Amino acid sequence: MKRIAVVGASAAGLTAAETLRRRGWDGHLTVIGAESRPPYDRPPLSKQILTGAWEPERAALRSLPDLARLRADLRLGQRATALDIPGRRVRLANGTSVGFDALVIATGVTPRRLPGSDLAGVHLLRTLDDAIALRAALLGGPRVVVAGAGFLGTEVAAAARAMSLEVTVIEPRPVPMQRAFGDRIGALVAELHRDHGTRLRCGVTLRRLRRAGGRVTGVELDDGTTLPADVVVLALGAKPATGWLEGSGLRLGDGVECDANCRAAPGIYAAGDVASWPHAHFGTRMRLEHRMNATEQAMAAAGNLLGDAAPFAPVPYFWTDQYDTRIQAYGIFPPDAEMRIVHGDPSEGRFAAAYGHRGSVVGVLGWNAPRQVRTLRRLVVDRAPWTAFAATRALSPAIVN
Amino acid sequence: MKVIIDQNRCVASGQCVLSAPEVFDQREENGIVVLLAETPSEHLADDVRQAVALCPAQAIWLEEQGDEQ
Repeated sequence: MKRIAVVGASAAGLTAAETLRRRGWDGHLTVIGAESRPPYDRPPLSKQILTGAWEPERAALRSLPDLARLRADLRLGQRATALDIPGRRVRLANGTSVGFDALVIATGVTPRRLPGSDLAGVHLLRTLDDAIALRAALLGGPRVVVAGAGFLGTEVAAAARAMSLEVTVIEPRPVPMQRAFGDRIGALVAELHRDHGTRLRCGVTLRRLRRAGGRVTGVELDDGTTLPADVVVLALGAKPATGWLEGSGLRLGDGVECDANCRAAPGIYAAGDVASWPHAHFGTRMRLEHRMNATEQAMAAAGNLLGDAAPFAPVPYFWTDQYDTRIQAYGIFPPDAEMRIVHGDPSEGRFAAAYGHRGSVVGVLGWNAPRQVRTLRRLVVDRAPWTAFAATRALSPAIVN
Repeated sequence: MKVIIDQNRCVASGQCVLSAPEVFDQREENGIVVLLAETPSEHLADDVRQAVALCPAQAIWLEEQGDEQ
């Protein structure tokens, strides 16, 4: 195997490339990235970069000397447009192509848009340039509407409130972060935002963007009301960036469908937000858009590419920082799981919860309880029987949703 | 091997403690990384490198002697 190409130069692509080198693979390595910036980290974009606590340069994942030590042909600002599997080539937007013997796909996700997304005042947040543009807009003291109360939307709202802006979050579900953690935690997140002066409008859908003279002026909701806004942030989720793989012969479902070893086809692996795979421990196919998974899956995919033959079955880890609160989670959080408080007290702003599903602990969540939740992670690894927690105090009602 | 941490970058994920509990700990109140061993012994080196690679905030560095990299 003389040539490996990695498509995607963010956390997963960079980690795959570094893993290959750390494991002693010495062949010709090409890393292709659509953005012209050197690899940078995304979690700070909706936090420190927006509030201005960090200069944009601080989000860089590696120094330039560290990148040089990769001994990679780094093709930044070059978008992959097609994959030719029989010919073992990746085609690029500039008309050139890159040959490979093995390939890692790490092209991430693309944010969902709405008609009118290109209006002045409407922002998406995926790239560092997006974050810089949104920060510049927030500095003008606008009225802000954030559409979508998932991880990204709630973090953007918290950052905008930290800048003392007037912020409204709109969300079709009954509470924020419901899909991630269920109704009970979602209600606590709602309370957290209201306590910090963020307005929340849950159970409403954005019908259309209002405009005047090429600028957004507000959002029209399905309950007939209109919220005036100078800045509208669309945080409506994202789709796997697989457009360039259409017609390649790879299975594209919810992302690039891989086997348990992150392999999409012979010699072709995928990692990070773009990849789905069957998780042996939880017995379910999953695709994770979490920072930690980008690293872990890229390490596993690169290792398997080099011959490890090791199924990828991590305990997923993810977190969010909002205002003075840090929520951390290990495992999975199915909508029909049960939840019990196993440490602390929600009314004191510090607790840990366990989630049970089909008789076992499948997830643990910490709310300002980092050490406790790390210790509790063991319950997920061990598939601890849920019966042990039946007598534990629950938030009422105990069912998550 | 010398370990360097940046507590201002740390996001309290605890991945370093899971990888190398002899070398890293977390503050009780906010989970921020605490270094237990600045120059860990050689048998822990692979665990520490794993902690560096897994840290989701790039808050840990190594200064290594010899021919690493």
